[in-house]
Amino acid sequence: MLQRTQHLTKLYGVAEGHRIEAYERVGGYVQARKALATTQSAVVDEMKKANLRGRGGAGFAAGVKWSFMKPHATKPAYLVVNADEGEPGTFKDRTLMERDPHRVVEGCIIGCFGIGAHAAYIYVRDELHLSKERLWGAIREARAKGYLGAKPFGRDYPVEVYVHTGAGAYICGEETSLLNSLEGKRGEPRLKPPFPAQVGAFGCPTTVNNLETIAAVPTVFELGGEAFSKLSALHHLGDGGCRLYGVSGHVKTPGVFEAAVGVTLRDLIYDLGGGISDGGELLAVIPGGSSCPVLLPHETVSAPDEKSPLHAWHGKSVLDVPMGVDTFRALGTMLGTCCAIVLSDKVCPLAAMQNLMHFYRHESCGQCTPCREGTGWLDRLVTKLLAGEGTLDDLDRIHEIASNIMGNTICAFGEGASMPTLGFVRKFRRHFEDHVAGKPCAAGGRLHA
Amino acid sequence: MPFALSPERDRELAEILSRYPNRQAACIPMLHLCQEQNGWVSDEVVEFVARTLELPSAHVLGVVTFYTLFNQQPVGRHQVWVCRTLSCALRGSDELLRHCEKKLGVHAGETTKGGEVTLRTAECLASCGTAPMMQIDKNYHENLSIAEVDRLLDRLLAGG
Ligand SMILES: Cc1cc2nc3c(=O)[nH]c(=O)nc-3n(C[C@H](O)[C@H](O)[C@H](O)COP(=O)(O)O)c2cc1C
Ligand code: SF4
Ligand code: FES
Repeated sequence: MLQRTQHLTKLYGVAEGHRIEAYERVGGYVQARKALATTQSAVVDEMKKANLRGRGGAGFAAGVKWSFMKPHATKPAYLVVNADEGEPGTFKDRTLMERDPHRVVEGCIIGCFGIGAHAAYIYVRDELHLSKERLWGAIREARAKGYLGAKPFGRDYPVEVYVHTGAGAYICGEETSLLNSLEGKRGEPRLKPPFPAQVGAFGCPTTVNNLETIAAVPTVFELGGEAFSKLSALHHLGDGGCRLYGVSGHVKTPGVFEAAVGVTLRDLIYDLGGGISDGGELLAVIPGGSSCPVLLPHETVSAPDEKSPLHAWHGKSVLDVPMGVDTFRALGTMLGTCCAIVLSDKVCPLAAMQNLMHFYRHESCGQCTPCREGTGWLDRLVTKLLAGEGTLDDLDRIHEIASNIMGNTICAFGEGASMPTLGFVRKFRRHFEDHVAGKPCAAGGRLHA
Repeated sequence: MPFALSPERDRELAEILSRYPNRQAACIPMLHLCQEQNGWVSDEVVEFVARTLELPSAHVLGVVTFYTLFNQQPVGRHQVWVCRTLSCALRGSDELLRHCEKKLGVHAGETTKGGEVTLRTAECLASCGTAPMMQIDKNYHENLSIAEVDRLLDRLLAGG
């Protein structure tokens, strides 16, 4: 169900919308002022009612995550905002930083107060120079007004916000890798447990949230937690609010759109995205960044069990299922970052898979053998198959290697690389066999018409 | 010659150090600061960062080699990154890259003879909705056509 909203994006398209005057004109900083006049537990309770599921990919409830933060006798706490935005196909956080950075700063103030922190680090990938500039600009403006610093809004609760930058490494989006990178180390993921809420940045209790999650916080307080949650068609599944949707690839109008949770892939592709470009038909869609297994338009939902979150859509096309954390997990894929990549039938699915395997091979941090070696093998094997030099044994080997990565690595990058691999080989089995038999599809390895 | 930061960047470093509870956390921002001045991270830069932050040089070198944006050798006056990942590839980044290689007379990863441009590929730069795209130095160029790429490269080659 497509229900457009304008909470996160109300300043998009407004001239000088990134300045504090514009933000305050639309009610900016009122919520932080109000929140700081309440208590920490009141803030966390409101967040729990909002059912705001993390927008960074894993979909964990933000209010619950905040409630894990317990005061420590000697150690400070930190809020770390994840703006590494490197998942292929994902380009939503960048729009918030460029067009409405004050919303992020206000979210940081409320977030710090809610989890008991006095400092927030926004980790922005280095390439996003305009985003960093806009965030620093917003921090300076907020500080000049006394919204940051020793006494935000006159309350004795110091808050500072800083921008920290990486230096080009997709893996630094993984939260523990990001923390190592923040501490000035190589961005290698850490074993969990301990989780960041116990041992996070600089060995201190830390909450890591995606940048959009934090940017949605002022809206939670503006509407009230429950009303925020009820914007969503999936409120009953504990998946509340509105969020940013992205669509890229072979659609006529790619871009970022805001809507209430519950948009379907059909809405996203044909309505928001304007339909398939270049006169093609829909071949496949990767729902939420490249780590989410691909879906095909002819797939239907099989959920005869009344307890399944998908039961209401039993027998319907997967394109008609509202995009939610639990609904998409039940479909055998993931919602991820809610930014879909659309492939038309004029391109070769093997080439698409090869493009992504090259990515994963390049971005593996190398700590775990199954991931480091496996992603290399996957890339080599699919490249060989694409060139028409592969065999059916190679196809089995891809399956075996991907299966061996799963569950045998330090971080979820392993699954992020192997799950889409298994999806591609299973769902495009016929294309792979045709390549082996020397009869590749008409697109012949092309990705672009 | 040992490396040292300009007075202006030295002041910036002091501000950077004030953001963190320890000196090590300034490692990546400081390497960026040095690279901005020096163009690349030489052994002298590594030594300088290690000394300033009171870290073993091996630690700093480990950091430098982990992140793709630290140049381990000199690069051209301008850097061009063509995004090669899926959303851009679906909108013609292959052709864009081939065009850049032909026009600049180098392969991805190389620098033009006159030292004007280093051409590289990049993995997804969070600009997939405006694909194909490339980054030139600190700026994004989106929704690119071959003609537009020509115009941009001409400007770089002319020393703009
Ligand atoms: C390989 C990998 C890459 C990730 N990249 C990002 C990213 O770029 N941005 C992000 O917010 N989360 C990313 N995540 C998820 C984070 O680890 C973490 O779950 C998230 O930042 C938590 O925020 P949220 O609960 O608000 O979603 C990544 C995870 C993995 C395993
Ligand atoms: S799974 Fe891959 S990316 Fe994650 S820690 Fe292991 S080697 Fe590094
Ligand atoms: S794929 Fe090129 S910017 Fe995302």
